Amino acid sequence: MIDRQTVSRLEEIVGAANVSVADSDRITHSYDATKEQFLPDVVVYAENTEQVRKIARLADTKRIPILPRGAGSGFTGGTLPVHGGIVLVLTRMNTIRAIDSDNLIAVVEPGVITADLQKEVEKLGLFYPPDPASKDFSTLGGNVAECAGGPRCVKYGVTKDFVLGLEVVTASGEIIRTGGQTLKNVVGYDLTKLFVGSEGTLGIVTEITLKLLPKPEAKKTMLVQFETIDGAAGAVSEIIRSRIVPTTLEFLDAATIGCIRDISPIPLPPACRALLIIEVDGDPLLLEKQAQQILSVVQPLGVVDVRIAETPEESEKIWQVRRNVSPSLRKINPDKFNEDIVVPRSKVPDMIRALEKIAAQYQVPIVNFGHAGDGNIHVNVMVDMRQEGMAATVEEVMGKIFTAAVGLNGSLSGEHGIGTSKARFLGMELDTATISYMRAVKKAFDPHNILNPGKIFFEAETKPASVIEYEQEQEA
Amino acid sequence: MSKNKKLKDFEEQIRQCVKCGVCQAHCPAYRLSRREGDVARGKVALAASLLDGGVGLEERLEQNIGMCLLCGSCVNTCPNKVATPEIVAAIRREITDNKGLSLIGKSVSAVTGSRTLMRAVTKGGAVFSPLVLKKVPESSGLRLRFPLPQMEKRTLPKLPLRNLFERVPEFTAGDRDKPVVGFFAGCSITYVYPDVGVAMVNILNQLGYSVHVPRTQKCCGIPALSSGAGTAVEELAENNIAAFGRYDESAVITACASCYGGIGQYYATMEQADNTLSDKVVDFSVFLEKNGVVDMLRTMTPWPKRPRVTYHDPCHLKNHGITAAPRALLRALPNADFVEMEGASLCCGLGGTFSVSHYDASKAIGAAKIEGLRDSGARKVATACPGCIIGLQDSINHAGLEVEAVHILELLAEALTAADRE
Repeated sequence: MIDRQTVSRLEEIVGAANVSVADSDRITHSYDATKEQFLPDVVVYAENTEQVRKIARLADTKRIPILPRGAGSGFTGGTLPVHGGIVLVLTRMNTIRAIDSDNLIAVVEPGVITADLQKEVEKLGLFYPPDPASKDFSTLGGNVAECAGGPRCVKYGVTKDFVLGLEVVTASGEIIRTGGQTLKNVVGYDLTKLFVGSEGTLGIVTEITLKLLPKPEAKKTMLVQFETIDGAAGAVSEIIRSRIVPTTLEFLDAATIGCIRDISPIPLPPACRALLIIEVDGDPLLLEKQAQQILSVVQPLGVVDVRIAETPEESEKIWQVRRNVSPSLRKINPDKFNEDIVVPRSKVPDMIRALEKIAAQYQVPIVNFGHAGDGNIHVNVMVDMRQEGMAATVEEVMGKIFTAAVGLNGSLSGEHGIGTSKARFLGMELDTATISYMRAVKKAFDPHNILNPGKIFFEAETKPASVIEYEQEQEA
Repeated sequence: MSKNKKLKDFEEQIRQCVKCGVCQAHCPAYRLSRREGDVARGKVALAASLLDGGVGLEERLEQNIGMCLLCGSCVNTCPNKVATPEIVAAIRREITDNKGLSLIGKSVSAVTGSRTLMRAVTKGGAVFSPLVLKKVPESSGLRLRFPLPQMEKRTLPKLPLRNLFERVPEFTAGDRDKPVVGFFAGCSITYVYPDVGVAMVNILNQLGYSVHVPRTQKCCGIPALSSGAGTAVEELAENNIAAFGRYDESAVITACASCYGGIGQYYATMEQADNTLSDKVVDFSVFLEKNGVVDMLRTMTPWPKRPRVTYHDPCHLKNHGITAAPRALLRALPNADFVEMEGASLCCGLGGTFSVSHYDASKAIGAAKIEGLRDSGARKVATACPGCIIGLQDSINHAGLEVEAVHILELLAEALTAADRE
């Protein structure tokens, strides 16, 4: 609960126009892409590091939770104010401070949209590879908090591989700097890596220094249709064994192909039970050779059809197949539970088979696609939550899926994070001693548990609040 | 009898929002403010909350619901095609039902409902302002200004002496074996850009069509929809549906993207919709391309000195998938050297009454077009919506660019006139 005095103090820090306790503002800052809703007590828009520092100090003194928020497009509840408090919106801290072509780095504020940075650096012939599906609206601050990935990570790595340094406001309102502007830096602990993917539980990132690459000269896109998922998975191994690391290696399983068959711009015959979208980038001369080599290694693996894009339009058509997937899923059922388990590359077929088994056992459609190149599978359990008992079924299905992934030496999440939605499964993957160490780190950084409380580590069930409840509490 | 839907009619649509946030990348209002209350997802969350009683029609909610240009970009990119503009319009009507029309809404509803008043107001120079305006010539005498303090420096086109209805007959006969087509001109073409309307009628006639421009047609209803004047929308829809049909028109052509969105799209979404008009509505660019105009233009010799021309996508065409036909016409024109510009599909910021109620935001949204326009090196920016012409020209004037915003039909008329002379 927040008192009038705190609100006044917040208004002094950021200006009255950037603080709101209005019901409608609390509602529009109560959710993320999980569709869960928890009302914050107050919404604050910060515009610089100094304001963030003062807000943190105030919140720490008053023991009020702070929820740093970017686009609010996360899939695991990372920005949900499960304990109320201050939603600290950083979308207006969106300046690209520097793009340095000599040192191949960019310095940005956390509210910069991923695709906006990519557009700017590409104008200078540079390249920022991480490309989460949400890149057109997700913020780099959010990408850092969740350690976002994307299709291009097979070749280039994920967000943490591109963060050189951070400016962070700590829970007690201090400003610290981690890493720096150089690729090499071994002074002290690597706090940068610790903050990346910490889901806003250790500090509030107010500036990010990113590594850039020269932009690849050209790319080549291919679509290969297979008779079986084993063929597609085998192709992934064969391609990498032939010493080619494609930029992207996306797969769609039979259930997914079934959803898009009617609307696909490229014919997908019934014999096609799995497909790979393969993209390679680099020197145009080399690309031609690589494309031919890829074709020759995948050919013996039960190929139904092969298509190599010769023009940007043809490449666009191939990617359209992939983009058709998400909007089509709801044809099966209205509610989607989207997980992003990851298994070692070679275990993808085993995992798909395990998923098919679970789908049959519980009579729920499970549709799978994703990043075959790094074993990161987007598992979509499609249900109708209006059916009685469905919530319990979904819970069981999720448990089975995670058990299977961990059993194959995989992990609960490749790129979405834990947040609230997977906190209860954390113990499946991490042993008690490891979790205790993580909790100790959290305690050291945030002794009063004000930074995004209720995330990563499971706690007793938190119930969504409603405005009405809030008002009653206020009166009481 | 077509009736506006109520907010509760959208319950299922509202449930379809999966809160993914994709709309943030495409909403002109959000791109400017970066505040969740301004984006479609935020508005849909508020609509859900209004329905379940979690929130009332409070001041901030009204502000958020006000920050929408009804452009439809969010629908176009939404994985579940949630009809946010219709939901926003429904909430605006609820606000009106509760508190009465705003000053803007009152004026829009009075003006757009009446042709006489429309004519009178246009003559007074106030077609886009619901408030009574007077002609204030700038030093050049070519521009009008709105005499509103917050809109000082807004530039508007000079108004013509004779409106479209005074310049073209109600019925122009064409070839016997060709059907009759209707032309829905809309307020802007009728009263501000009658040249565009004259060009449209002439071209259709040259193609052999008989053209019916009913005098009884009124405003499409988009300004009334945008300001929550529900009754006015229903009356206008009924009137316009009745205005056509006398000649069993095979198509009703629009040359204004907003009118296309109104008579061609919105009417069809109403309760007990009468689709006789909507089903016939075709945008002029699509119609002309189908009738071989692009091929015909290609046979003309390109002018040796032709200006570089770029294209601005009107939201109400782009979001209904009409992006290729206008470009095909421009590429084929002998009097234009067509180039694409960066940000062609960004909104001009006008959004009908939005530019009156939120001029500063409108101006800032429009300003985002300037960099791409400047870099393109174009001397003219062509578009397919008179509203966009007004918005674009205002942004251009503020940026001090030497670029003219024109309707594609003006360029087409220029090419055809020159060809006739030869």
